[in-house]
Amino acid sequence: MKDESQNTEHPATGGDGGGAARAPDGVPPSSFPLHPSSFQAKRSQDPLWVRVLLTALALGFLTILVVVPVIAVFAEALADGFGAYWRYLTEDPDTRHSVLVTLTVAPLAVACNIVFGIAAAWAIARFRFRGRTLLVTLIDVPFAVSPVVAGLMFVLLFGLQGFFGPWLKTNGFQVLFTVPGLILATTFVTLPFVARELIPVMEAIGPDEELAALSLGANGRQIFWRVTLPNIKWGLLYGVILCNARAMGEFGAVYVVSGRIAGETCTMPLQVEVLFQDFNSPAAFALASVLTMLAVVTLLLKVWVEQKGRGARGEGREEGEEERRGARGKGQEETTKTKPEP
Amino acid sequence: MSITVQNVTKRFGAFVALDDVSVTCPAGELVALLGPSGSGKTTLLRVIAGLEVPDGGTVLFADDDITRHSARDRNVGFVFQHYALFRHMTVFENVAFGLRVRKWPEQRVRDRVKELLHLVRLEEKADLYPANLSGGQKQRIALVRALAPEPKLLLLDEPFGALDAKVRAELRDWLRRFHDELNVTSIFVTHDQEEAFEVADRVVVLNKGRIEQQGAPIEVFEHPANEFVMDFLGNVNKLPVRVEGGRALLGETGDVEVPAKVFAASANGRTDAYIRPHELDIARTAEGGNCMLAKVVHINPAGSVVKVRLLAEDFGLMINVDIAPDRYRALALKPGESVFVTPKAAKIFEPEYAI
Repeated sequence: MKDESQNTEHPATGGDGGGAARAPDGVPPSSFPLHPSSFQAKRSQDPLWVRVLLTALALGFLTILVVVPVIAVFAEALADGFGAYWRYLTEDPDTRHSVLVTLTVAPLAVACNIVFGIAAAWAIARFRFRGRTLLVTLIDVPFAVSPVVAGLMFVLLFGLQGFFGPWLKTNGFQVLFTVPGLILATTFVTLPFVARELIPVMEAIGPDEELAALSLGANGRQIFWRVTLPNIKWGLLYGVILCNARAMGEFGAVYVVSGRIAGETCTMPLQVEVLFQDFNSPAAFALASVLTMLAVVTLLLKVWVEQKGRGARGEGREEGEEERRGARGKGQEETTKTKPEP
Repeated sequence: MSITVQNVTKRFGAFVALDDVSVTCPAGELVALLGPSGSGKTTLLRVIAGLEVPDGGTVLFADDDITRHSARDRNVGFVFQHYALFRHMTVFENVAFGLRVRKWPEQRVRDRVKELLHLVRLEEKADLYPANLSGGQKQRIALVRALAPEPKLLLLDEPFGALDAKVRAELRDWLRRFHDELNVTSIFVTHDQEEAFEVADRVVVLNKGRIEQQGAPIEVFEHPANEFVMDFLGNVNKLPVRVEGGRALLGETGDVEVPAKVFAASANGRTDAYIRPHELDIARTAEGGNCMLAKVVHINPAGSVVKVRLLAEDFGLMINVDIAPDRYRALALKPGESVFVTPKAAKIFEPEYAI
């Protein structure tokens, strides 16, 4: 509590001055300089050929890179009819198991991310401490590092010749080539999603409501559940959806740490690859189509959350920001999900 | 409950927000912490609320030292500058929050919230969300939310800062009446001296983390302790004078005497005299002789006094004078006319330290 209150009237962060610039209901003014409405006026002045060209270019790219591959996946998967499609998915025990592994790994990785994301966002948005900038930068490391490198890193750490390996072995734990290893690798790769989503939301909301709750007699738990969480819930849900999409589609890091033991550590993307390498492409495409459908569901959920979060309360989140993030997250999940090759 | 702040110091990095501050707020009084921005008034309020931990000094509630107590245990109602209403809760739930976390039985919560909403005449807004309220309504909800758990002390941070002038004046009167009915010790922060003087029983003037003066409004206004207080409390003419033979004379030459008590003059015999606009008089003739010739530059007749700005060319001074509307009509002043200005009262402060 001590640190929390310290940034509230810090001279460097404004105090009276910064506070006075805020709108009466506590929502800070837009820091995003290009509000969508400012584009509106500009757009109508552009010549017709520019508009047509840009639209055609965007649609062309989307068609070639997204629409055609997605349709191709379903076309390939259903080439032998629905009956065959269902058999491909259900008959192979390894394929069935891979679905189970993915449905275990993804939620657990998401759960780790929720805990980490809220803790990190809270620390960064509410406290001013030494190493804060470092923490902000570190959160982005998983985005910058190639997933394969991340996987190799875990092999180095937890392998038999690795740093923790010998100790883990003598104590009867195994991380590599097991489901916990998959969860670890997936959590690492998806680490930034929830935290990145929450930091701007929490910074926009500011600490005043939490302090008000404190002075009204609420304890830490009550403040979190009754004030903080309801305020960040849409941002959190949005982060969770993106994180889940990435967790289910993750290939590189999981590829390295899993050892690809069919029926044990193969997640859906890994199983797609195994089937594809076995020249069993109808089965590979059938499983790929399931992953694609999960992506579509994620996308729909994301749109719903965006509208819901924006509509009712308007939690100070910028439309442009949301669109940009959305596009980035979506691009990633499409590429990781529809392409069976590594 | 009386509040005593003793020798409180608070630093943010290298910035000293509060420098050895001591304040007393007698029980049941409405106290204004007045100062320019950055003077530490909000920090002082937050230290009293327990939202900031002071680096040194103590805070007493009555006779209890609560310096180390959490804000949660102080039973203080705090009204934030931007209200800090819980945006995802209805007005009703906002007001009920402090009662629910204290585990009041449901029926008592309902009765208390209804009673409070009735008090601020916002019963029909109970089911709305804060986003659907006007600024003045939010302010009133923030106030009753703070009052709901029956605090012993009410703290308000710039309570009317974000409201427009008319609503502000209304709420100001309302706060005063409200305070008198509730009889709870209240402290509010403001940078508006008019607000402080109109509402408060006691005014504490802060500047740069230090207390410049505290006392009853009339006392502070009529006997400002130093130049800062004089300058901060409303308009004042600051005129350079020279001290000769125990008399303060305006300008480099001439013999217009400023009727102020002169302290042992500073080394070079120069100092500043402070004269409030209403302490000057305008006349058509040089009656009494102790007056300066000045040209009317601007007249603002809107308000209870007529504000006249004049230029005294002999002295190179701009002077603001307030005169009564009757007097203004009798004089029939027009811009560009030359008139005589007589100082009726003035104040010269003892230099803080000789150079």
